[in-house]
Amino acid sequence: MNIEISEAVWLDRAGVISMSELAQLSGLSEAILLQLIEYEVLPPAASAAGGPTFTGDCLVTARMACRLQSDFELDAAGLALVLSLLDRIRGLEAEVRGLQAQAPRRPHKA
Amino acid sequence: MKYKDYYKILGVEKSASADDIKKAYRKLAHKYHPDVSKEADAEAQFKEVGEAYETLKNPEKRAAYDQLGSFQPGQDFRPPPDWGGQFGAGQHFSEDADFSDFLHGLMGGRFSQKHGGATMPIPGEDFEVAARITLEQAASGSEIEIKLSVHEPDAQGFPRRVPCSIKARIAKGATQGQRLRVPGKGGKGLNGGRDGDLYLKIELAPHRLYRVQDHDLYVDLPLAPWEAVLGATVEVPTLSGRVRLKVPPGTQAGQQLRLAHRGLPKPHKGEGDLYAIAQIVVPAKVSERESALYQQLAEGSDFKPRSHFDLEVADEH
Repeated sequence: MNIEISEAVWLDRAGVISMSELAQLSGLSEAILLQLIEYEVLPPAASAAGGPTFTGDCLVTARMACRLQSDFELDAAGLALVLSLLDRIRGLEAEVRGLQAQAPRRPHKA
Repeated sequence: MKYKDYYKILGVEKSASADDIKKAYRKLAHKYHPDVSKEADAEAQFKEVGEAYETLKNPEKRAAYDQLGSFQPGQDFRPPPDWGGQFGAGQHFSEDADFSDFLHGLMGGRFSQKHGGATMPIPGEDFEVAARITLEQAASGSEIEIKLSVHEPDAQGFPRRVPCSIKARIAKGATQGQRLRVPGKGGKGLNGGRDGDLYLKIELAPHRLYRVQDHDLYVDLPLAPWEAVLGATVEVPTLSGRVRLKVPPGTQAGQQLRLAHRGLPKPHKGEGDLYAIAQIVVPAKVSERESALYQQLAEGSDFKPRSHFDLEVADEH
Protein backbone atom coordinates (compact mmCIF):
# COMPACT_ATOMS: atom_id res chain seq x y z
CA MET A 1 0.00 0.00 0.00
CA ASN A 2 1.31 3.42 -0.93
CA ILE A 3 1.21 5.79 2.04
CA GLU A 4 1.46 9.50 1.42
CA ILE A 5 4.39 11.16 3.19
CA SER A 6 3.57 14.10 5.47
CA GLU A 7 5.99 16.82 6.50
CA ALA A 8 6.71 17.04 10.23
CA VAL A 9 6.90 20.62 11.51
CA TRP A 10 9.44 21.63 14.16
CA LEU A 11 7.95 22.73 17.45
CA ASP A 12 10.81 24.96 18.48
CA ARG A 13 11.63 28.62 19.01
CA ALA A 14 11.52 29.37 15.29
CA GLY A 15 7.81 28.86 14.51
CA VAL A 16 5.09 31.42 15.29
CA ILE A 17 1.64 30.52 16.61
CA SER A 18 -1.22 32.91 17.30
CA MET A 19 -3.22 32.88 20.52
CA SER A 20 -6.30 31.37 18.86
CA GLU A 21 -4.20 28.66 17.16
CA LEU A 22 -2.53 27.84 20.46
CA ALA A 23 -5.92 27.54 22.14
CA GLN A 24 -7.33 25.38 19.35
CA LEU A 25 -4.33 23.06 19.10
CA SER A 26 -3.71 22.68 22.83
CA GLY A 27 -7.30 22.44 24.02
CA LEU A 28 -6.76 25.18 26.64
CA SER A 29 -9.10 28.15 26.79
CA GLU A 30 -7.73 31.60 25.94
CA ALA A 31 -8.61 32.65 29.50
CA ILE A 32 -6.29 29.99 30.97
CA LEU A 33 -3.60 30.83 28.41
CA LEU A 34 -3.73 34.47 29.50
CA GLN A 35 -3.32 33.43 33.13
CA LEU A 36 -0.35 31.24 32.23
CA ILE A 37 1.21 34.25 30.48
CA GLU A 38 0.67 36.25 33.65
CA TYR A 39 2.36 33.53 35.73
CA GLU A 40 5.27 33.67 33.25
CA VAL A 41 5.20 29.98 32.33
CA LEU A 42 4.07 30.65 28.77
CA PRO A 43 6.15 33.54 27.47
CA PRO A 44 4.67 35.25 24.39
CA ALA A 45 7.15 35.91 21.59
CA ALA A 46 5.53 39.20 20.66
CA SER A 47 2.36 41.19 21.04
CA ALA A 48 0.67 41.76 17.70
CA ALA A 49 -2.52 43.67 17.00
CA GLY A 50 -4.48 40.41 17.05
CA GLY A 51 -3.07 39.44 20.47
CA PRO A 52 0.11 37.79 21.64
CA THR A 53 1.99 35.32 19.45
CA PHE A 54 4.05 32.36 20.62
CA THR A 55 6.96 30.28 19.43
CA GLY A 56 6.31 26.67 18.40
CA ASP A 57 7.71 25.19 21.61
CA CYS A 58 4.90 26.90 23.57
CA LEU A 59 2.51 24.41 21.96
CA VAL A 60 4.39 21.58 23.72
CA THR A 61 3.99 23.40 27.06
CA ALA A 62 0.34 24.28 26.42
CA ARG A 63 -0.59 20.72 25.46
CA MET A 64 1.08 19.40 28.59
CA ALA A 65 -0.77 22.08 30.61
CA CYS A 66 -4.08 20.92 29.12
CA ARG A 67 -3.41 17.29 30.07
CA LEU A 68 -2.34 18.24 33.60
CA GLN A 69 -5.32 20.54 34.04
CA SER A 70 -7.84 17.90 33.08
CA ASP A 71 -6.14 14.91 34.71
CA PHE A 72 -5.39 16.62 38.04
CA GLU A 73 -8.22 19.19 38.01
CA LEU A 74 -5.74 22.04 38.59
CA ASP A 75 -6.52 25.76 38.65
CA ALA A 76 -4.25 28.20 36.78
CA ALA A 77 -2.03 28.92 39.82
CA GLY A 78 -1.51 25.20 40.53
CA LEU A 79 -0.93 24.55 36.86
CA ALA A 80 1.68 27.33 36.65
CA LEU A 81 3.52 25.92 39.67
CA VAL A 82 3.56 22.38 38.22
CA LEU A 83 4.73 23.66 34.83
CA SER A 84 7.57 25.72 36.29
CA LEU A 85 8.72 22.79 38.45
CA LEU A 86 8.53 20.40 35.49
CA ASP A 87 10.50 22.91 33.43
CA ARG A 88 13.18 22.95 36.13
CA ILE A 89 13.25 19.15 36.19
CA ARG A 90 13.58 19.02 32.38
CA GLY A 91 16.46 21.53 32.62
CA LEU A 92 18.23 19.48 35.29
CA GLU A 93 17.69 16.27 33.34
CA ALA A 94 19.22 17.91 30.27
CA GLU A 95 22.19 18.99 32.40
CA VAL A 96 22.64 15.43 33.69
CA ARG A 97 22.43 14.07 30.14
CA GLY A 98 25.05 16.62 29.10
CA LEU A 99 27.40 15.62 31.90
CA GLN A 100 26.90 11.95 31.07
CA ALA A 101 27.69 12.67 27.43
CA GLN A 102 30.92 14.41 28.47
CA ALA A 103 32.02 11.72 30.93
CA PRO A 104 34.44 9.36 29.22
CA ARG A 105 33.45 5.72 29.15
CA ARG A 106 35.77 3.04 30.52
CA PRO A 107 39.03 3.23 28.61
CA HIS A 108 39.20 0.93 25.63
CA LYS A 109 41.47 -2.05 26.05
CA ALA A 110 44.29 -1.74 23.59
CA MET B 1 -14.49 -8.96 24.92
CA LYS B 2 -12.06 -8.96 27.81
CA TYR B 3 -13.35 -7.78 31.15
CA LYS B 4 -11.55 -4.98 33.00
CA ASP B 5 -12.06 -4.63 36.72
CA TYR B 6 -12.06 -0.85 37.14
CA TYR B 7 -12.35 -1.13 40.93
CA LYS B 8 -9.26 -3.32 41.06
CA ILE B 9 -7.38 -0.97 38.74
CA LEU B 10 -8.05 1.92 41.14
CA GLY B 11 -7.48 -0.31 44.19
CA VAL B 12 -10.87 0.42 45.75
CA GLU B 13 -13.80 -1.69 46.98
CA LYS B 14 -16.99 -1.91 44.92
CA SER B 15 -18.71 -0.02 47.70
CA ALA B 16 -16.18 2.87 47.56
CA SER B 17 -17.60 6.38 47.82
CA ALA B 18 -17.10 8.96 45.06
CA ASP B 19 -14.54 10.64 47.32
CA ASP B 20 -12.57 7.41 47.81
CA ILE B 21 -12.55 6.87 44.05
CA LYS B 22 -11.28 10.40 43.46
CA LYS B 23 -8.55 10.00 46.11
CA ALA B 24 -7.44 6.65 44.67
CA TYR B 25 -7.35 8.13 41.18
CA ARG B 26 -5.30 11.14 42.25
CA LYS B 27 -2.78 8.95 44.04
CA LEU B 28 -2.34 6.74 40.97
CA ALA B 29 -2.31 9.75 38.63
CA HIS B 30 0.62 11.20 40.61
CA LYS B 31 2.41 7.91 40.19
CA TYR B 32 1.66 7.20 36.55
CA HIS B 33 0.84 10.46 34.77
CA PRO B 34 3.15 10.40 31.72
CA ASP B 35 4.06 14.08 32.13
CA VAL B 36 5.35 13.62 35.67
CA SER B 37 6.11 9.91 36.07
CA LYS B 38 9.38 8.09 35.65
CA GLU B 39 7.76 4.66 36.09
CA ALA B 40 8.32 2.17 33.31
CA ASP B 41 5.14 1.76 31.26
CA ALA B 42 3.63 4.87 32.91
CA GLU B 43 1.61 5.79 29.84
CA ALA B 44 -0.15 2.44 29.56
CA GLN B 45 -0.75 2.33 33.30
CA PHE B 46 -2.19 5.83 33.32
CA LYS B 47 -4.47 5.01 30.41
CA GLU B 48 -6.02 2.19 32.44
CA VAL B 49 -6.30 4.36 35.54
CA GLY B 50 -7.83 7.24 33.54
CA GLU B 51 -10.31 4.93 31.86
CA ALA B 52 -11.34 3.42 35.20
CA TYR B 53 -11.79 6.87 36.76
CA GLU B 54 -13.66 8.22 33.76
CA THR B 55 -16.21 5.44 34.22
CA LEU B 56 -16.45 5.25 38.00
CA LYS B 57 -16.56 9.01 38.70
CA ASN B 58 -19.79 9.33 36.74
CA PRO B 59 -22.75 7.80 38.67
CA GLU B 60 -24.59 6.80 35.48
CA LYS B 61 -21.58 5.15 33.90
CA ARG B 62 -20.69 3.49 37.19
CA ALA B 63 -24.21 2.06 37.54
CA ALA B 64 -24.09 0.70 33.98
CA TYR B 65 -20.65 -0.79 34.60
CA ASP B 66 -21.85 -2.43 37.83
CA GLN B 67 -24.78 -3.86 35.90
CA LEU B 68 -22.35 -5.89 33.80
CA GLY B 69 -21.71 -8.17 36.77
CA SER B 70 -18.45 -9.57 38.11
CA PHE B 71 -15.81 -11.29 36.05
CA GLN B 72 -12.13 -11.99 36.45
CA PRO B 73 -9.89 -9.28 34.89
CA GLY B 74 -9.04 -10.36 31.34
CA GLN B 75 -11.83 -12.95 31.31
CA ASP B 76 -13.83 -13.22 28.09
CA PHE B 77 -17.36 -12.05 28.66
CA ARG B 78 -20.49 -10.87 26.91
CA PRO B 79 -22.53 -8.02 28.30
CA PRO B 80 -26.05 -9.06 29.42
CA PRO B 81 -28.60 -8.86 26.58
CA ASP B 82 -30.40 -5.86 28.04
CA TRP B 83 -27.24 -3.95 28.87
CA GLY B 84 -26.63 -0.75 26.95
CA GLY B 85 -30.27 -0.43 25.90
CA GLN B 86 -30.85 2.33 28.40
CA PHE B 87 -28.31 4.47 26.57
CA GLY B 88 -30.20 4.14 23.34
CA ALA B 89 -27.30 2.40 21.70
CA GLY B 90 -28.82 -1.02 21.17
CA GLN B 91 -26.79 -4.18 20.89
CA HIS B 92 -23.65 -4.30 18.90
CA PHE B 93 -20.76 -6.35 20.17
CA SER B 94 -17.88 -8.00 18.46
CA GLU B 95 -15.46 -10.51 19.93
CA ASP B 96 -12.24 -8.80 18.91
CA ALA B 97 -13.20 -5.38 20.22
CA ASP B 98 -11.65 -3.70 23.18
CA PHE B 99 -14.10 -3.57 26.06
CA SER B 100 -13.27 0.05 26.82
CA ASP B 101 -14.06 1.08 23.23
CA PHE B 102 -17.57 -0.21 23.69
CA LEU B 103 -17.99 1.23 27.12
CA HIS B 104 -17.02 4.67 25.93
CA GLY B 105 -18.96 4.32 22.74
CA LEU B 106 -22.11 3.20 24.45
CA MET B 107 -21.94 5.67 27.26
CA GLY B 108 -21.36 9.02 25.71
CA GLY B 109 -18.25 8.45 23.64
CA ARG B 110 -17.71 10.56 20.55
CA PHE B 111 -18.88 7.96 18.07
CA SER B 112 -22.17 7.47 19.87
CA GLN B 113 -22.78 11.20 19.63
CA LYS B 114 -22.64 10.78 15.90
CA HIS B 115 -24.75 7.68 16.13
CA GLY B 116 -27.31 9.53 18.23
CA GLY B 117 -27.77 12.06 15.46
CA ALA B 118 -25.87 14.99 17.03
CA THR B 119 -24.30 17.23 14.42
CA MET B 120 -21.88 19.21 16.59
CA PRO B 121 -18.41 19.27 14.96
CA ILE B 122 -16.06 17.08 16.94
CA PRO B 123 -12.32 17.55 16.39
CA GLY B 124 -10.26 14.43 15.80
CA GLU B 125 -8.10 12.98 18.52
CA ASP B 126 -4.44 14.07 18.69
CA PHE B 127 -1.90 11.25 18.80
CA GLU B 128 1.42 11.55 20.58
CA VAL B 129 4.14 9.01 19.92
CA ALA B 130 7.87 8.58 20.42
CA ALA B 131 9.81 8.41 17.15
CA ARG B 132 13.09 6.55 17.51
CA ILE B 133 15.66 7.47 14.91
CA THR B 134 19.38 6.89 14.53
CA LEU B 135 21.99 9.62 14.78
CA GLU B 136 22.66 9.21 11.07
CA GLN B 137 18.94 9.76 10.33
CA ALA B 138 18.95 12.87 12.54
CA ALA B 139 21.95 14.19 10.64
CA SER B 140 20.66 13.58 7.14
CA GLY B 141 16.89 13.76 7.62
CA SER B 142 14.65 10.73 7.27
CA GLU B 143 11.28 9.33 6.47
CA ILE B 144 9.78 7.27 9.24
CA GLU B 145 6.74 5.04 9.32
CA ILE B 146 4.60 5.09 12.44
CA LYS B 147 2.19 2.27 13.11
CA LEU B 148 -0.79 3.10 15.30
CA SER B 149 -3.96 1.44 16.47
CA VAL B 150 -6.70 4.06 16.17
CA HIS B 151 -10.42 4.28 16.93
CA GLU B 152 -12.70 4.51 13.93
CA PRO B 153 -16.47 4.28 13.71
CA ASP B 154 -17.80 1.16 12.03
CA ALA B 155 -20.88 1.15 9.75
CA GLN B 156 -23.16 1.50 12.79
CA GLY B 157 -21.13 4.32 14.29
CA PHE B 158 -19.56 2.20 17.01
CA PRO B 159 -15.88 2.59 17.74
CA ARG B 160 -13.48 -0.12 16.73
CA ARG B 161 -9.71 -0.25 16.65
CA VAL B 162 -8.03 -0.33 13.28
CA PRO B 163 -4.33 -0.43 12.44
CA CYS B 164 -3.05 2.68 10.73
CA SER B 165 0.31 3.62 9.21
CA ILE B 166 1.56 7.17 8.85
CA LYS B 167 4.71 8.18 6.99
CA ALA B 168 6.35 11.40 8.08
CA ARG B 169 9.39 13.22 6.79
CA ILE B 170 11.69 14.54 9.50
CA ALA B 171 14.04 17.15 8.10
CA LYS B 172 17.68 17.04 9.21
CA GLY B 173 18.36 18.69 12.53
CA ALA B 174 16.42 16.61 15.05
CA THR B 175 17.95 15.74 18.37
CA GLN B 176 16.97 13.98 21.59
CA GLY B 177 13.61 15.19 22.95
CA GLN B 178 12.84 17.35 19.90
CA ARG B 179 9.09 17.76 19.32
CA LEU B 180 7.42 17.83 15.93
CA ARG B 181 3.87 18.11 14.71
CA VAL B 182 2.38 16.38 11.70
CA PRO B 183 -0.76 18.41 10.99
CA GLY B 184 -3.96 16.53 10.24
CA LYS B 185 -2.52 13.08 10.87
CA GLY B 186 -4.34 12.40 14.12
CA GLY B 187 -7.85 10.97 14.39
CA LYS B 188 -10.51 11.96 11.89
CA GLY B 189 -12.79 14.83 12.90
CA LEU B 190 -16.52 14.19 12.92
CA ASN B 191 -19.41 16.31 11.63
CA GLY B 192 -17.02 18.74 10.00
CA GLY B 193 -14.65 18.93 12.98
CA ARG B 194 -10.96 19.31 12.12
CA ASP B 195 -8.74 16.25 11.96
CA GLY B 196 -6.43 15.76 14.91
CA ASP B 197 -2.64 16.08 14.69
CA LEU B 198 0.17 13.64 15.21
CA TYR B 199 2.83 14.79 17.67
CA LEU B 200 6.27 13.20 17.61
CA LYS B 201 8.89 13.17 20.33
CA ILE B 202 12.29 12.26 18.97
CA GLU B 203 14.30 9.58 20.72
CA LEU B 204 17.80 9.05 19.46
CA ALA B 205 18.96 5.44 19.43
CA PRO B 206 22.23 5.01 21.37
CA HIS B 207 25.24 5.16 19.06
CA ARG B 208 28.27 2.88 19.11
CA LEU B 209 30.68 5.83 19.21
CA TYR B 210 28.96 9.13 19.89
CA ARG B 211 27.12 10.56 22.87
CA VAL B 212 24.80 13.51 22.32
CA GLN B 213 24.08 16.76 24.09
CA ASP B 214 21.67 18.95 22.13
CA HIS B 215 23.43 19.12 18.75
CA ASP B 216 26.94 18.50 20.08
CA LEU B 217 28.53 15.07 19.89
CA TYR B 218 31.15 13.54 22.17
CA VAL B 219 33.48 10.72 21.22
CA ASP B 220 36.20 9.10 23.29
CA LEU B 221 39.62 9.45 21.71
CA PRO B 222 42.00 6.76 22.98
CA LEU B 223 45.65 7.89 22.82
CA ALA B 224 48.85 5.97 23.46
CA PRO B 225 50.92 7.59 26.27
CA TRP B 226 53.55 8.77 23.79
CA GLU B 227 50.87 10.32 21.52
CA ALA B 228 49.56 12.30 24.49
CA VAL B 229 53.07 13.41 25.50
CA LEU B 230 54.58 14.12 22.11
CA GLY B 231 51.42 15.13 20.25
CA ALA B 232 50.15 13.37 17.14
CA THR B 233 47.86 13.69 14.17
CA VAL B 234 45.12 11.07 14.42
CA GLU B 235 42.06 10.16 12.39
CA VAL B 236 38.70 10.72 14.07
CA PRO B 237 35.42 9.34 12.68
CA THR B 238 32.73 11.99 12.17
CA LEU B 239 29.18 11.62 10.82
CA SER B 240 30.48 12.82 7.45
CA GLY B 241 33.60 10.68 7.31
CA ARG B 242 37.02 10.57 8.91
CA VAL B 243 38.93 13.76 9.58
CA ARG B 244 42.49 14.35 10.76
CA LEU B 245 42.81 15.88 14.20
CA LYS B 246 45.99 17.40 15.60
CA VAL B 247 46.50 16.30 19.18
CA PRO B 248 48.77 18.89 20.85
CA PRO B 249 51.81 17.74 22.86
CA GLY B 250 51.07 17.34 26.57
CA THR B 251 47.40 16.40 26.10
CA GLN B 252 45.86 15.27 29.38
CA ALA B 253 43.26 12.55 29.89
CA GLY B 254 39.75 14.03 29.83
CA GLN B 255 40.80 17.03 27.76
CA GLN B 256 38.23 17.89 25.09
CA LEU B 257 39.45 18.60 21.57
CA ARG B 258 36.81 20.45 19.56
CA LEU B 259 36.04 19.78 15.93
CA ALA B 260 33.89 22.76 15.00
CA HIS B 261 30.67 22.13 13.01
CA ARG B 262 31.17 18.35 13.03
CA GLY B 263 28.19 17.70 15.33
CA LEU B 264 24.55 17.29 14.36
CA PRO B 265 23.03 19.85 11.99
CA LYS B 266 20.58 22.25 13.65
CA PRO B 267 17.02 22.50 12.29
CA HIS B 268 17.23 25.90 10.64
CA LYS B 269 20.91 26.70 10.24
CA GLY B 270 24.29 25.83 11.66
CA GLU B 271 25.69 22.70 13.22
CA GLY B 272 26.76 21.52 16.62
CA ASP B 273 30.40 20.61 17.34
CA LEU B 274 32.12 17.29 17.83
CA TYR B 275 34.27 16.95 20.93
CA ALA B 276 36.94 14.26 21.09
CA ILE B 277 37.67 13.41 24.72
CA ALA B 278 41.27 12.30 25.21
CA GLN B 279 41.70 8.97 26.95
CA ILE B 280 45.20 7.74 27.67
CA VAL B 281 45.30 4.00 27.28
CA VAL B 282 48.09 1.56 27.91
CA PRO B 283 48.65 -1.79 26.23
CA ALA B 284 47.40 -4.80 28.20
CA LYS B 285 50.55 -6.73 27.26
CA VAL B 286 53.98 -5.39 26.36
CA SER B 287 56.86 -7.05 24.63
CA GLU B 288 60.26 -7.39 26.31
CA ARG B 289 61.60 -4.55 24.21
CA GLU B 290 58.68 -2.26 25.11
CA SER B 291 59.07 -3.17 28.74
CA ALA B 292 62.76 -2.28 28.57
CA LEU B 293 61.96 1.06 26.95
CA TYR B 294 59.37 1.88 29.65
CA GLN B 295 61.94 0.91 32.27
CA GLN B 296 64.44 3.22 30.65
CA LEU B 297 61.83 6.01 30.64
CA ALA B 298 60.99 5.39 34.30
CA GLU B 299 64.62 5.69 35.26
CA GLY B 300 65.30 8.73 33.11
CA SER B 301 62.17 10.76 33.93
CA ASP B 302 61.78 13.15 36.86
CA PHE B 303 57.99 13.42 36.29
CA LYS B 304 56.10 13.23 39.60
CA PRO B 305 52.42 12.62 38.84
CA ARG B 306 51.48 12.64 42.57
CA SER B 307 53.46 15.61 43.77
CA HIS B 308 50.24 17.29 45.03
CA PHE B 309 49.90 14.45 47.57
CA ASP B 310 53.13 15.62 49.18
CA LEU B 311 51.84 19.20 49.37
CA GLU B 312 48.67 18.05 51.15
CA VAL B 313 50.67 15.98 53.63
CA ALA B 314 52.95 18.98 54.26
CA ASP B 315 49.90 21.23 54.84
CA GLU B 316 48.55 18.86 57.48
CA HIS B 317 51.75 19.14 59.55
